[in-house]
Amino acid sequence: MQAKWEVFYDKFIVYDGWQTVVDGLIATLQIAVSGLLIGIVLGTLIAAVKVVPKTNFVAKFLSVICDIYVGFFRGTPIVVQLLIGYFVLFPALGVQLKALNAAIAIFGMNSGAYISEIMRSGIQSVDGGQLEAARAVGLSFSVSMVKVVIPQAIKNILPTLGNEFIVLIKETSVASFITVVDLTKAFKDIASSNYEYIIPYLMLALVYLVLVIIITLGIKLLERRLAVVDRSR
Amino acid sequence: MIEVVNLKKVYGKLTVLDNISEKINAGEKVAIIGPSGSGKSTFLRCLNCLEDPTAGSIFFEGKDLADLSVNINLSRRHIGMVFQQFNLFNNKSVLDNIAMAPILVAKEERRKALRHNFAVSVSNIFSKKKKAKCAVRKKDDIKKEAYDNAMRLLKRIGLEEKAKNYPSTLSGGQKQRIAIVRALAMNPKVMLFDEPTSALDPEMVGEVLDLIKQVADEGMTMVIVTHEMGFAREVADRVLFMDKGQIIEQGSPDELFNHPKHPRLVEFLSKVL
Ligand SMILES: Nc1ncnc2c1ncn2[C@@H]1O[C@H](COP(=O)(O)OP(=O)(O)OP(=O)(O)O)[C@@H](O)[C@H]1O
Ligand SMILES: [Mg+2]
Repeated sequence: MQAKWEVFYDKFIVYDGWQTVVDGLIATLQIAVSGLLIGIVLGTLIAAVKVVPKTNFVAKFLSVICDIYVGFFRGTPIVVQLLIGYFVLFPALGVQLKALNAAIAIFGMNSGAYISEIMRSGIQSVDGGQLEAARAVGLSFSVSMVKVVIPQAIKNILPTLGNEFIVLIKETSVASFITVVDLTKAFKDIASSNYEYIIPYLMLALVYLVLVIIITLGIKLLERRLAVVDRSR
Repeated sequence: MIEVVNLKKVYGKLTVLDNISEKINAGEKVAIIGPSGSGKSTFLRCLNCLEDPTAGSIFFEGKDLADLSVNINLSRRHIGMVFQQFNLFNNKSVLDNIAMAPILVAKEERRKALRHNFAVSVSNIFSKKKKAKCAVRKKDDIKKEAYDNAMRLLKRIGLEEKAKNYPSTLSGGQKQRIAIVRALAMNPKVMLFDEPTSALDPEMVGEVLDLIKQVADEGMTMVIVTHEMGFAREVADRVLFMDKGQIIEQGSPDELFNHPKHPRLVEFLSKVL
């Protein structure tokens, strides 16, 4: 074991392996955070389309498009989505993206599909009287949603949304399929440079675990904060 | 003020409003009574198109609200509504509950004025006849005025120290009184009440009815769906009795309560009085 530690130390400190790991960690966080933000925006839009009364053709048409979108992203593995996006779709559309940005875009679209379902149940959990009251004072549907319904929906789904963020962090570990050097890839490179796997991979697991614990605590804190605002101020 | 013409509302096979025509005059206080399920709420909610009429017209200030090309949002700003379940915005403080809509509406008008002025500046470059620009209010002024007005309304109902509270901390009576002044903050021309006291504990009914009476005395046009017969008798100029989607009898409170004619009204009154 002593020897294994020395090999790892050598690679990690002496040969600047930590630099790659830090870069990888940053890439992982970039993908997860930006992916979540894109996902929230997309998910909210899709959820909004799904909850609008389907009275006219445009609403029905958009709703079908959203169903297809959600169906695709929930029905195929994220790795497949990454491969198709990076190697097929973006080149075909003439969009030139760095691997990292492509990963952000695809993880964003992917989480958008999941968050749309979360958001929809969140919107439906808000009492219908809230929307009615906003409409009754003369606010448009979209303003009523943005100012009254969605803030309450987000509060209701905060725990689920936090969960989605955790899932996202862990899923980014497949980003190296499209050449992104993320946290997993960084440790993998260290491990395979000298065929010593135990310590790098245990460290890798530890870093993910710590990330997840930090996020979990952060969400708890946020929830408690919002609950206080609710009770009295 | 509001004219309803051949209003019909159908849910699936169930006809809830059966060809109703009715007029509500400016300054009038109209109470609607009737058995449960007779369509009172549906009728009231059709007046501001919270419920879309299946057929017929609702004329308000010369516009047919049932016509989908009419901007319903603009009309609703002049029609206040108070709900049985209060429906205060849970994510807003009491003060913001009252001030939010006035601020958003004023900001929308501000954007409209800015767009108008921009168009005028562009056209003034090309034409000799210079057109005038319209005044644009400052954002800060908009907010200050709305909050001052909200505070004034809160003082009026004696709840100014609750301004920063959230609705979940208030009693039902307080919530409903705030819901009423929230509607008043838009300076409506008419107010619609759907059983404003039905969800309240008995000891809070009085404070809400008192506020509604005050508003009535100030000359507000009102349509009130209520189960409080005493209140209807006291405040209403005219009482409508609804049954099975129709207004089957109407008149002054004295006529309706003391000399009912229709057998169904007689039966209804014998149950509730
Ligand atoms: N969204 C809806 N879908 C289907 N049926 C409805 C809907 N809203 C109301 N109804 C039906 O329409 C009828 C009239 O309802 P409405 O709420 O107008 O009665 P009401 O006179 O206000 O009764 P209450 O005194 O109990 O409030 C009822 O039979 C009700 O079940
Ligand atoms: Mg009702």
